[in-house]
Amino acid sequence: MKEPAIKTNGQDTKAKDADKAEPHGGPRSAGPTEVERAAAEWKHKYEETAKERDDLFETISGNHVEPLYTPTDDKDRDYLRDVGFPGEYPYTRGIHQSMYRGRLWTMRQFAGFGTAAQTNERFHYLLEHGQMGLSVAFDVPTLMGFDSDDPKARGEVGMCGVAIDSLADMETLFKGIPLGDITTSMTINGPAAIIWALFLAAAEKQGVPFEKVGGTLQNDAFKEFVAQKCWCFPPRPAVRLVVNTIQFASEHMPKWNSVSVSGYHIREAGSTAAQELAFTLKDGFTYVEAAIKAGLDVDDFAPRLSFFFNAHMDFFEEIAKYRAARRIWARHLREIYGAKNPRSWQLRFHTQTAGCSLTAQQPENNIVRTAIEAMAGVLGGTQSLHTNSMDETLALPSDKAVKIALRTQQIIAHETGVTNVADPLGGSYYVEALTDRLEREAEDYFREIDARGGVVTCIEQGYFQREIHRASYRYQQELEQKKRIIVGVNDYVEADEKIEIPILYIDQQVERDQVASLRKVRETRDNDLVARRMAALTEAARDESKNLMPYLIDCARAYGTKGEMRKAMAVVFGEHHEAPEF
Amino acid sequence: MDRKIRVLVAKAGLDGHDRGAKVVAASFRDAGFEVIYTGLHQTPEQVVEAAIQEDVDVIAVSLLSGAHMTIFPEVVKLMHDKGADHVLVTGGGIIPPQDMDTLSKQGVGRLFGPGSPTADAVEYIREWCAAHPRAV
Repeated sequence: MKEPAIKTNGQDTKAKDADKAEPHGGPRSAGPTEVERAAAEWKHKYEETAKERDDLFETISGNHVEPLYTPTDDKDRDYLRDVGFPGEYPYTRGIHQSMYRGRLWTMRQFAGFGTAAQTNERFHYLLEHGQMGLSVAFDVPTLMGFDSDDPKARGEVGMCGVAIDSLADMETLFKGIPLGDITTSMTINGPAAIIWALFLAAAEKQGVPFEKVGGTLQNDAFKEFVAQKCWCFPPRPAVRLVVNTIQFASEHMPKWNSVSVSGYHIREAGSTAAQELAFTLKDGFTYVEAAIKAGLDVDDFAPRLSFFFNAHMDFFEEIAKYRAARRIWARHLREIYGAKNPRSWQLRFHTQTAGCSLTAQQPENNIVRTAIEAMAGVLGGTQSLHTNSMDETLALPSDKAVKIALRTQQIIAHETGVTNVADPLGGSYYVEALTDRLEREAEDYFREIDARGGVVTCIEQGYFQREIHRASYRYQQELEQKKRIIVGVNDYVEADEKIEIPILYIDQQVERDQVASLRKVRETRDNDLVARRMAALTEAARDESKNLMPYLIDCARAYGTKGEMRKAMAVVFGEHHEAPEF
Repeated sequence: MDRKIRVLVAKAGLDGHDRGAKVVAASFRDAGFEVIYTGLHQTPEQVVEAAIQEDVDVIAVSLLSGAHMTIFPEVVKLMHDKGADHVLVTGGGIIPPQDMDTLSKQGVGRLFGPGSPTADAVEYIREWCAAHPRAV
């Protein structure tokens, strides 16, 4: 969307000797102000004489950017209404009064590979180097709810995350890590309820009661259909499971965040910043509506919803995106959903730097990219942060690469001084203008999605998928036509480059080991008990009014596997298939 | 009239990252190829079946989940079993260079890592097809 940054109110831009008007901030009726006239004059001169390089003066999302932003871009903005103060509605400047003066963000590196025992070792390594919370990456079969010995899992077991089949694996994964003291985030969505049940059974085995367990379940079923494409059930039963988990957390687990509504994967799939913002928030609103429809009070669960955004390379656009996200969420929760508790209005979010911005070429440069992106997340007021490792376009990260990524956050936190002030870019003419624009773009998308029948219908009709694909194809063409430069990829290329960083290899032995230990679990458990509990789960799935969490936890306690639980529910819920389109 | 080059773009395994596959499919289409896209979560058997049924010249597999050392050799083997060695099996994704070398020795064509221009893949397929004309 193109908008002139400098508005002249239809006046001759050269009329510098026109009647004196109130300076910016005064009454608006008397024509252009002094500042407006001066800005218009500057712009006129700029257009006449300024020299510009032949470049794309756009954000990474393809939004036109003016050469300069001034107070005249603030015309419709009301400071108290739209910007306000940190810790106060609408939270544009941050959800906490003191922001990082009070508490730093949580440095939370996403990790997982191979078997539960290997990942447990990595967790201990990260905790020893100052990491503050855990974040589990599961392998693809786990993300889809398939057991490691399922023929569909062939070749993928333990490859891009840890393989977890049953309570036995969860016990190993958290060996020596007290689940009542450390918070755990789990990136799991389609089968989130199943994996959560396994996790809760493991906490129980450690002797930690549910109400003491803190952490986050990603549990964002919608974004799987929109972007990441690791689903388990069709959209409608998937929403039921999300509501079941929201309800269970609000009743039994005061320290648990039931859904982390995720834009990260939407952005990685190629969306623009506005699409990431709009689709994610709309997904969040749809969960809110579903939970309200199921009879929950918005203030009983909304404070437990959190968000997860990408930090891409367009520094200011990203910062504006986080600021806009907070403002939109606060406004909708208070004004549309009638939330009364300020905690329901506060959008808390985790940030991960953009994996898709990293290059396989000259991978050491990725340290720099990640540092810039991480800085955007911090200046945008994130509550927790994952910094990617330099080698992630090549393989899973090595210990050394992970440590540099963590150190990057520590350098930002302790050496740069950016933590001294809340929202240091608030009041920047450019950042405020971008924030307003992203909010408008998101509101346009909300109307469009509603007109198309809402999120579920848009998923079923492939609307989001097409919008994202269009954006990613445009971006790729811009790269190939060299309209955008990526250092080391389409410019500053080094011929015959040798990769000189260590690469982590996952041995294919992992799959054989995991399958063997799964077999052992099946041999040593009480199989009659498992069968009875699976039957009870299927029965409960047939009854819309039942919360499935207690049934899943019972299956987990009996060492039922995730694939068995998926199948027990799939009998009722069916499977999802997406029409191939490009 | 020249027969258009027919390419099957395939997402094999459970990996759902389809950004690359879809961008590549769209680039192939714009380059004038006939493109069939399998959609997600295909087994090697399903990929091969689609390739035979659609009588393609090329199978281009996208893999970002680390399963490349299992899936590429299986596709090559199944194609061989069906007597379809004349079809090029190529692809791309997150594949370490050493693995690319190993797979190349097993009959897999060139593999394209992150940052490869789609134009390179188009060029490669054109040249390969020109060098391997099909008996009509």
